[in-house]
Amino acid sequence: MPIYLQIVNQVKYLVASGRLEAGEEVPPIRVLAQQLLVNPNTVARAYLELERAGVVTKRQGSGTYVSEAGSPLARRERLKILTQRADALLAEARHLNVEFDEVIKLLRERHDVLTQSRK
Amino acid sequence: MKTDVSPQKNAVIEIHGLRRRFGSKLALNDVSLTVSRGVVFGLVGENGAGKTTLIKHVLGLLKAQSGSVRVFGLNPVTDPVGVLGRIGYLSEQRDLPLWMRVDELLRYTRAFYPKWDAAYAEQLREQFGLDPAARIKHLSRGECAKAGLLLALAHRPDLLLLDEPSSGLDPVVRRDILEAIIRTVADEGRTVLFSSHLLDEIERVADHVAMIFAGRLAWSGPLDDVKKSHHQFVVRFASPLSSPPVIAGALSATGGGHEWTVVCDGARSELMAAVSRIGGTIVEERSPSLDDIFVARVGAKDATAVTKIVPC
Repeated sequence: MPIYLQIVNQVKYLVASGRLEAGEEVPPIRVLAQQLLVNPNTVARAYLELERAGVVTKRQGSGTYVSEAGSPLARRERLKILTQRADALLAEARHLNVEFDEVIKLLRERHDVLTQSRK
Repeated sequence: MKTDVSPQKNAVIEIHGLRRRFGSKLALNDVSLTVSRGVVFGLVGENGAGKTTLIKHVLGLLKAQSGSVRVFGLNPVTDPVGVLGRIGYLSEQRDLPLWMRVDELLRYTRAFYPKWDAAYAEQLREQFGLDPAARIKHLSRGECAKAGLLLALAHRPDLLLLDEPSSGLDPVVRRDILEAIIRTVADEGRTVLFSSHLLDEIERVADHVAMIFAGRLAWSGPLDDVKKSHHQFVVRFASPLSSPPVIAGALSATGGGHEWTVVCDGARSELMAAVSRIGGTIVEERSPSLDDIFVARVGAKDATAVTKIVPC
């Protein structure tokens, strides 16, 4: 997976799990680049992608912040992204011999963990 | 020397038609490339492909036999003071004066650079954990690399030139080197040119990449374009093949039996057509890593066969 997408997914995860809260500032591009040891342009690209997806908002001259609102993507778009993830998950489950019902149960458990940690 | 090509405004290094022969061996064959200000430029190639020879031309240690080399718009051979004073250089061969102590080495090197930043040098020395009283000859391999890196960085060069800097070093020192690269470009748009065998490092930090094979430039352009232009397919055949399939447009085919992995540069639909002509089915398409691309090109009979030079 390209590095910028890894950053995008990581930030999305941190927001979904509440470890990054709405209104919180994400690290400046140069700082994150040095932390992760990646090209600053790669971080800039990840932030642009996150901005497009509505996860973060850029405030002129003052940095990048986690958005208050949810994703502005159309429902169709959102479902399309999720469908790909669902396919990957189901394929993996089949290879690992995990029953479909068990996958559903696991999803419910993980959902509880995520919502728990938000509190 | 005539300059029929007008210098580009933002170019730090400009090389046109550079050719270099050592005896009967053509070390560089008509190499042209431009390194723009503020980029991290990764140079990739096998041992003996010509990377170090190219870097030596940038430093003015070798004179162009034909073609031209300009660094900061200057000829590094005739204007070494104007060029070398603005370059921080670290090579695989770290020829440091072995009899000196670390603090002596810093004082000694400082004399050569009007822009030497003593506070920054001290900060790096501490960060790298170098004992000022230690003799260079008693430093470990990693510490030598750190000392070399310190000398290359402490005068805040406009161009950081690293020739196989990570070669043979442990992950901690490699991390220091990557950090130096990132910090250099993140700081007011300075420029880095580095060569490496470690393609995952190049993929991490470079935004431009050039591949050299047997003295020829096979590819030069933004890393993104290199990755977008190459495609990797997994091809399945109904009956197992005992030798790699010959597919028009493919750089390489590896694998065995029913499934073969094929890499091509551009010409995606042509390749897909060629695959179906010989009875294969494409079961998967992936975007190859820089490593996959490099290996596929090295394996190709003529690595520069599908040459595509993108000005950067």
